[in-house]
Amino acid sequence: MNRLLKTATLGTFSLLATPALAQEAASLDARVNEAFANATGPFVSFIFAPFPGTEFPWIVMWLVVAATVFTVYFGLVQLRFFGHAISLVKGDYSDPDDAGEVSHFQALATALSGTVGLGNIAGVAVAVGIGGPGATFWMILAGLLGMASKFTECTLGVKYRNEYPDGTVSGGPMYYMSKGFKEQGLPGGKILAVLFSIFCILGALGGGNMFQANQAHAQISAITGDYPGWITGVVFAVVVFMVIVGGVKSIARVTEKIVPFMGIMYVGAALIILLVNFNMIGWAFGQIFAGAFTGLGVAGGFVGALIQGFKRAAFSNEAGVGSAAIAHSAVRTKEPITEGFVSLLEPLIDTVVICTMTALVIIISQQLIIDEATGNYMLNEAGSAIATVDGNTGVALTSAAFASGISWFPYVLALAVVLFAFSTMISWSYYGLKAWTYLFGESKASELIFKVIFCIFIVIGAAASLGPVIDFSDAAIFAMAVVNIFALYFLMKVVRAELQSYSARLKTGEIQKFSH
Amino acid sequence: MSTKLVIGLDGHTSGERALEFATTLAEQIGNCELLVAYVIEWSPYSFQTAEENAQRHKRREEEISTAKERVVEPAVARLTSAGLTASSVVRHGDVADTLNAIAKQANASQIIVARSTDTRLSKRIFGSSTANLVMEADVPVTVVS
Repeated sequence: MNRLLKTATLGTFSLLATPALAQEAASLDARVNEAFANATGPFVSFIFAPFPGTEFPWIVMWLVVAATVFTVYFGLVQLRFFGHAISLVKGDYSDPDDAGEVSHFQALATALSGTVGLGNIAGVAVAVGIGGPGATFWMILAGLLGMASKFTECTLGVKYRNEYPDGTVSGGPMYYMSKGFKEQGLPGGKILAVLFSIFCILGALGGGNMFQANQAHAQISAITGDYPGWITGVVFAVVVFMVIVGGVKSIARVTEKIVPFMGIMYVGAALIILLVNFNMIGWAFGQIFAGAFTGLGVAGGFVGALIQGFKRAAFSNEAGVGSAAIAHSAVRTKEPITEGFVSLLEPLIDTVVICTMTALVIIISQQLIIDEATGNYMLNEAGSAIATVDGNTGVALTSAAFASGISWFPYVLALAVVLFAFSTMISWSYYGLKAWTYLFGESKASELIFKVIFCIFIVIGAAASLGPVIDFSDAAIFAMAVVNIFALYFLMKVVRAELQSYSARLKTGEIQKFSH
Repeated sequence: MSTKLVIGLDGHTSGERALEFATTLAEQIGNCELLVAYVIEWSPYSFQTAEENAQRHKRREEEISTAKERVVEPAVARLTSAGLTASSVVRHGDVADTLNAIAKQANASQIIVARSTDTRLSKRIFGSSTANLVMEADVPVTVVS
């Protein structure tokens, strides 16, 4: 893929030798950008509408209240069953006769490869860049609470999945909405399922696609020099097309193997930077706590920090969004709730560990400019975000922060971003496809239409500028959460019955570890 | 009580020699049951795409039936036609661990395998399945060259 990118980039530079052509290419980007912002504006405004008389978006409250309700309703399930979740992932409770089926580890790893990615690198930079270090506190809190949301949706995802005679499975919120509501004698399940599917398709095209393409382009062009985004888009679209339509599994397989290494390397590099600056870790946490409750001068004060933290946590770990329920539903287990336990590790790894690492590196690297007179952060000219050393935002801010500790790391990060972006696109193309086939049936022709649309959106995403793309991506993903959480409230008693039955059997010893 | 022997096959022609050796041994022992085992190399800790996961159950069934059809059942047919009592098992997992587990579960008195024909780089780094089996097995292992 790299060779492909290089060839494309070199091609671009020779193409841009003519100024007229360069201008034309740049104006194409601008046109795409403008049309896109106009088309998505009303939808974005609705999702992020604040409560009347405040600046607090209702959607953020919706997610946090849900996560808190699930945490209380299931009696701190994320704490009580944390050890059990680790045992399940290790395979202690896996029947050896089921060897060869999808293991808990594999389901978790697949779901993680869809969530760990740009949200952890670029998203955190956006959160800390706008909301200040205090956003990290709210992000961690949202991650911890989100573990209960994830537990609820993934248990239901496995419980109500469709198992077809040919042995394949399809699961996710649309199935627990239609089948679960019917089983409970509740009306409207089908309508919710259709609504969810529509938003899931938009989410797949937004956060799972355009945002990824956009930030991958930003990262590549930061290294190679500026060139039109649609070129990166076309290259990405071709490679994704080869995988999802052409069935070139080898590309996906190589990515699936490299991505976990990249993740480990990313955390490793962050740890090295933190170790080298260990004397500043205490100060960084001081900033995080102070910022969480005072804002330290950021736009919107501490509420601004809170909104940014919660928003980016939800975007990064997708708890309550419903996407994980699709990814986790393929596991082989007789107890749907076991997959719920395993899935609660996801927000922990994604948000509490990886996102916090990114935030700490950004804070410690002092890329965010502090006004020495007041100790508060200085805002940029527009007053919308904190001023940074080189005016960097998003992934460029993370990159600059890592570069201050390890000078060559931006190159590794660029590769990581490209691979993360790619693997997230592959995962979301599957989530979007499942929603699409739920609406339009599982025919080859209908699948192909979705896949082609998906590839076209990669080009649009790479060409548009960060603002409209990130707004639309957030809005689409949160719209999924609106419908999903609504359904979860009605179905959470099903999960509680499962939880009570399972923990009783665990206590009596009816459920035992297998000796391997 | 009859003696149980596990024969581990890997689908290569070298398996023929393991079968021949086991046949001779079983005839010498007399009251003997043979269990033909085939292990499909698989790890619960590998990484797969969501689509691969969704199709995993189907693929697993296909892998098992292919192994039965091409490797295990012809071997059992050959042993029974020689007048021996033989059955078969196909499992997924780490080859050495799983063969050992099969032997323990069946109370087998030994495992018979052919020398590995694998020449890939991974063998040089991690050792072959045969070598691992010899080192880790709880029952005697005969490696037929």
